[in-house]
Amino acid sequence: MSAAPGRTLLTGNHAAAWGARLARPKVVPVYPITPQTPVLELLTEFQAAGEMDAEFLTPESEHSVMAACIPASLAGARVFTATASQGLMLMHELLHYASGARAPIVMANVNRTVASPWAFWPDQTDSLAQRDTGWVQFYVESAQEALDTVLQAYRVAEQASLPAMINLDAFYVSHALEPVRIPAQEIVDAYLPAYAPEHLLDPERGESWGNVVSQEMYARHRRGLGEAMERVPALAAAADREWRERTGRGWGVIERYRCEGAQALVVTMGSMCGTAREAVDELRESGVAAGLVKVRLFRPLPAAELRAALAGARDVLVLDRNYSPGAGGVLHQELKSLLYGMAGAPRVHGSLAGVGGLNVPPAKIAELVRRAAAESEPKREAAWA
Amino acid sequence: MGVRESMKDDLLCSGHVACPGCIEALSLRRVLSLLGPDTVAVIPPSCLAIIAGAQPLSGLKIPVYQPALETSAASASGLRRALDARGKKDTQVVVFAGDGGTYDIGFQSLSSAAERNENLLYFCFDNEGYMNTGAQKSSSTPHYARTGSTPAGKASRKKNLTEIMAAHEIPYAATACAGFLPDLMRKVEKARGMRGLRLITLLVPCLDGWGVPEDQGVALARLAVETGVFPLYEVEDGRGYTLGGPPKSRPVREYLEKQGRYSAIDEATVEALQAEVDDAWARLVERTSKAAPASASS
Repeated sequence: MSAAPGRTLLTGNHAAAWGARLARPKVVPVYPITPQTPVLELLTEFQAAGEMDAEFLTPESEHSVMAACIPASLAGARVFTATASQGLMLMHELLHYASGARAPIVMANVNRTVASPWAFWPDQTDSLAQRDTGWVQFYVESAQEALDTVLQAYRVAEQASLPAMINLDAFYVSHALEPVRIPAQEIVDAYLPAYAPEHLLDPERGESWGNVVSQEMYARHRRGLGEAMERVPALAAAADREWRERTGRGWGVIERYRCEGAQALVVTMGSMCGTAREAVDELRESGVAAGLVKVRLFRPLPAAELRAALAGARDVLVLDRNYSPGAGGVLHQELKSLLYGMAGAPRVHGSLAGVGGLNVPPAKIAELVRRAAAESEPKREAAWA
Repeated sequence: MGVRESMKDDLLCSGHVACPGCIEALSLRRVLSLLGPDTVAVIPPSCLAIIAGAQPLSGLKIPVYQPALETSAASASGLRRALDARGKKDTQVVVFAGDGGTYDIGFQSLSSAAERNENLLYFCFDNEGYMNTGAQKSSSTPHYARTGSTPAGKASRKKNLTEIMAAHEIPYAATACAGFLPDLMRKVEKARGMRGLRLITLLVPCLDGWGVPEDQGVALARLAVETGVFPLYEVEDGRGYTLGGPPKSRPVREYLEKQGRYSAIDEATVEALQAEVDDAWARLVERTSKAAPASASS
């Protein structure tokens, strides 16, 4: 399917593909996996129709996809790919390789349950299990946000020399059809200049990558990765601000919804945010001062923004659509760590809500908020909702 | 072409850290000189990665990308496409991988790159085992050879990489070794002028891993050819077979008795190996006679 810039109906997958098209990547290695496949199919249709001037590779696995992405990026090409679940798991080794190589690859990942057993439901364990791989991670809740975030991710990735992942929940976001405004190519071109890296794999330059290094060089390199990550919250905020100036749409590194004077704050990521907004409205109508803090930039966590957003609330309820056996909900763990030692920090409750794609209606979230507020003290571990 | 004239570009630096006497460095030096400076190499973990050197030094005067072990062909594909996208279609992208990185862990991505017929020149430096980790068995290790992971001798035969890759109908699959340098150089020249996925497997006796004296690398590589253990041949488009090099003229025993890795084998095993070599040679000759080279067909 092909649409012209302007307002149209797109799924999250197709919106991500449109974002990729508008970014003008030069190399696109990609492998199909449910529920990511429509991203691949639309991109290959764009190319077949002559609407995308990029080298496409369809290797035998996601592992080879990511293997191809890295040196393509190092050789000076803007690179895009997309995957999901098992595909992301298979890439794991090379996700580290990519950030180590400081390759600003942008990848869309459709969050799907991880086998075994086999399942095809929304669950963020796949990408959250990659939190230590050195990738910037965004979580989006709508098709429009998916499109916009692909473009913002390129800005941030290329400025920080880090790879970036845009995560969209299986089906709720990937397959839901929503109104989307496709920006004009000129707007994107002005926002995202052609990729021109400082270092290049090219015989005219004679630079190499990957050779064995000493302990000192390795440690210095890892510190460099960390310093780049520290720059990301500000870069992402600036990228979002400038996008808003050009298109009228901004999403923030976090979003605060009805947080004024809130005593109970729900914190979550991805498609759950839409449901949580309804729950907040319901709670406010019944006299409970509730609000929502949506985490859009998860890695690195925008610490200052989150601390400021959560300060003053009595209770924070973290909804995790993921599960780390033995540790609980990943976002719950991250927020407890983030708030540790903060004067007057709120009580942090964790709820494993929607793991494996279980439906979590607004009434359920409202009930969880009420229950958390009624507890004498929060439990250390996240509870199954 | 004479051997001396070929060294127009010496792109392997002195001071590299190959083991003394190893013909991998000799092979690499000739290959690089024929490829010239408009080349980027992909070198996975292997003896060659050691020769390429540790940062900030480099043994090679061309850019090198060192990927994860199993990803050479996929990495080279991505690099190739990026150079193509930047208009650098004549820059050679080469892979210098070992047999572990080719026959074993890198085979899946190599097969895929062959299926896509990516424009790559892939060299497998085949020393018949994981020599960089102290000599363990790979699927290239020959039958009955003793390694660190087959102390009683390997129980299965060597995988036939050239035939498997020829079955992908890639433009060029060949074997060569520094024991027959003019033949090696001719094949590199030929492959360099072609497009698509080209594979040249170079036999490199591992002096330490095979139990061979330091000054016997070239001699042993020649013996491997003369005994028919490592025939020098080319396959074009999966069909055109050309058997080059000297004919099989010596008993396998002469090759085996010069290597520590076969020191424990008995007479019956020597005869079994001779029978395997005779059989493989006969099949190769049959293919050669059946299928005329593409250039000679009407």
